[in-house]
Amino acid sequence: MANLWTGYVWPTAITVAEIIAIIVPVLVGVAYLTYAERKVIGAMQLRKGPNVIGPFGLFQPLADGAKLFFKETIFPNHASRGVFLVAPALTFFLAMVAWAVVPFDEGWVLANINVGVLYLFAISSLGVYGIIMAGWASNSKYGFLGAMRSAAQMVSYEVSIGFVMIAVLLCVGSLNLTDIVHAQEKGVWFIIPHLPLFIIFFISGLAETNRSPFDLPEGESELVAGYMVEYSSMPFAMFFLGEYANMILMSATITTLFLGGWLSPLPFAPFIWVPGVIWFVLKVCFLLFGFLWVRATMPRYRYDQLMRLGWKVFLPFSLVWLVLTAGVLEFGGLLPK
Amino acid sequence: MIQALVFYVFAAITVASGVMVISARNPVHAVLFLILAFFNAAGLFLLAGAEFLAMVLVVVYVGAVAVLFLFVVMMLDINFIKLREGFLQYLPIGGLVGLILLAELALVFGSWSFAPHAALSVATHVPDLHVVTNTDALGRLLFTHYFYLFQVAGLVLLVAMIGTILLTLRSRPGVKKQNIARQNARTKETSVELRKVPTRGGI
Repeated sequence: MANLWTGYVWPTAITVAEIIAIIVPVLVGVAYLTYAERKVIGAMQLRKGPNVIGPFGLFQPLADGAKLFFKETIFPNHASRGVFLVAPALTFFLAMVAWAVVPFDEGWVLANINVGVLYLFAISSLGVYGIIMAGWASNSKYGFLGAMRSAAQMVSYEVSIGFVMIAVLLCVGSLNLTDIVHAQEKGVWFIIPHLPLFIIFFISGLAETNRSPFDLPEGESELVAGYMVEYSSMPFAMFFLGEYANMILMSATITTLFLGGWLSPLPFAPFIWVPGVIWFVLKVCFLLFGFLWVRATMPRYRYDQLMRLGWKVFLPFSLVWLVLTAGVLEFGGLLPK
Repeated sequence: MIQALVFYVFAAITVASGVMVISARNPVHAVLFLILAFFNAAGLFLLAGAEFLAMVLVVVYVGAVAVLFLFVVMMLDINFIKLREGFLQYLPIGGLVGLILLAELALVFGSWSFAPHAALSVATHVPDLHVVTNTDALGRLLFTHYFYLFQVAGLVLLVAMIGTILLTLRSRPGVKKQNIARQNARTKETSVELRKVPTRGGI
């Protein structure tokens, strides 16, 4: 009986507590990311943004959530009901499970697996299913067109994301995310030798999360709301949460790969007193501000230009950079281990 | 105990979704069940300790191949009832193929027992899995011991890729394409002309 307690029940309870300790801050972050987005874009357009509910409009996300919760869930005619409901759930689920491998601080990671980078890549490549299924199951032309666009876009930009990841992995010699941060602790942050890759990864991240200027799958001016057009109430809210959680996740990935994860920017006295998790959150917020800034600044890309950028600019460049990195590491005697 | 339980869950879902792939009425649902089967197979790999293979299965098959597959099936206009018609007619051939595959699988598993040296000859190149990680071991095998075979596989894929491009490439006349370099080289002088238009005169 004691064996059952120490062997199964207690570890399970600890893991569940850890999962809650990750999921709850992420969801709060998502709620306040929507608030930050409206405030930042408001400030950039000389407006005030939400400022009515609570002090400085701080309770606006709660009010939005409550509103969505009490709306009616509408099913379109001849919609494939099961798939229609599974799609937003899948999007939300995938946006949450990816957090399992993200190292927030030294040892602050739920699953310190050896193939962490591949896991993140696999989960982000699954994200496209939520969108395709939603577009198909809605039985709507706008939805379907949005889903088709999104599928092509996400598959295209995944390729350059993959090559960027490989170039970083070459410098580390491990697929473990904690090891990647440790490698940057010994050397320099990878943004310094790999600055072009950082830019490519950031732009591909915008495309992968369907953010402006690559928000063609939603494209209000032509597709109404793309794959989300038939969704209302909680299914819509789940898409929304999933999309914003993916933005935070993409920022966390960039932080880990290029900005040294939880490391402090200057490795001496006043800076190393600050806990690593605070540096991590600050870096993520910095990147998220970049996401919002781009949205307030850039006009939407045309679809053929989007494809050209992915396949004819980013893919060749990241491929050449990968070969270059391998060459420098091999002939400079810098290979890890 | 937990491991066995998880194995049976993954295995049961894999088999059940495999059955649903061939029995689902809607082809799109069939493809979605196929994806579920892939995903659970990745779970089985993970249980066997092959974490790299599990992730690659998800990235390559689920994340890329099945997306394109789903894409095509969704775009096709398939008559669902007509698709069912020949089911009984093809059942004997399908059953025969299944039986042959089953027999071959049995032979493969049997060969471990009636050729005890087979396992040894395969294992010579395999690094000790307790020392190096899965990914490391696979990398050493592919890029060191079987380097030429790996290159040949790459060449085969390259030829297939070129063949596909050649088959689908057609130059259509009268299609407007944007030349980015020319677009960026345009200046105000070459593209904007200011004219004073007289009232009621036209240009």
